[in-house]
Amino acid sequence: MAVVYEKTGILTDTPLHYCPGCTHGIIHRLVAEAIDELGIQGKTIGIAPVGCAVFAYNYFNTDMMEAAHGRAPAVATGCKRVNPDNIVFTYQGDGDLASIGAAEITHAATRGENITVIFVNNAIYGMTGGQMAPTTLPGQVTTTSPYGRDPALCGYPIRVSEMLATLDGPAYIARCSVHDVKHIMDAKKCIKKAFETQIAKKGFSMVEVLSSCPTNWGMAPREALNWLEANMIPQYPLGVKKEVE
Amino acid sequence: MALLTIAQETCKGCGLCADVCPKQILALSREINSKGYHPIAVTDQSKCIGCAFCARMCPDAVIKVEKE
Repeated sequence: MAVVYEKTGILTDTPLHYCPGCTHGIIHRLVAEAIDELGIQGKTIGIAPVGCAVFAYNYFNTDMMEAAHGRAPAVATGCKRVNPDNIVFTYQGDGDLASIGAAEITHAATRGENITVIFVNNAIYGMTGGQMAPTTLPGQVTTTSPYGRDPALCGYPIRVSEMLATLDGPAYIARCSVHDVKHIMDAKKCIKKAFETQIAKKGFSMVEVLSSCPTNWGMAPREALNWLEANMIPQYPLGVKKEVE
Repeated sequence: MALLTIAQETCKGCGLCADVCPKQILALSREINSKGYHPIAVTDQSKCIGCAFCARMCPDAVIKVEKE
């Protein structure tokens, strides 16, 4: 029998600590498959964030490093400048990248650092218990916005991909989703393209992946993905936001 | 003929694979694994077409798909 699909060897056998139905696992797998298909396992360095994905270093069979909260792009900058032949990626959530790490990501992008950023946006702080994030949708209920996010009081969510795409530094910025199989396949193409951008030394690449948080949204896994499709995609339109040839 | 192999010990029973299965042959098992979850199981292997939608959807990479 021919193998149609099996777990890639770039992921370790450590069981993922994520909640049932959390799409972090899918996104880990897509990153691992992209590394596998490009044959860059031996020279890849990943930078893990603070947040739910803080243990990402246990799951990737590549060199991994842990950064302080939000500082993964700064650590990746140093890593890439010292080892320009290595492939460096960061894996960050929205609390990490869009809030405390907003300065680091903006400046790494505008400097055109030749790194790849995987930005997982689930519109909430997952690990700390479901507080409002910079990416929380207007009206969305979280533990710190129990009546729904009020833009008059808390402002509007940040569209990070569109914001960074206005800069001259980035070479590739795209937003994908993983709510169904078709979009998972599309997301994998984008992640692979981001790594190819780095390999070709074109500059900064980032893929934003819309993700769910069944536990803190208070929904079943499938219901959460349906909510993502119905509510997050209108707020965060999918597609390639910037691509330099 | 296609064959699914499920790592039942690492399955968390989220059921996302069952939702995307075009043949609807995946369901949560009555068994409980060591983590306390009901892992996913195949109800009728003969109907499997080996599309691997389940494996691509699985957040925990527990499904291996083989086809003749």
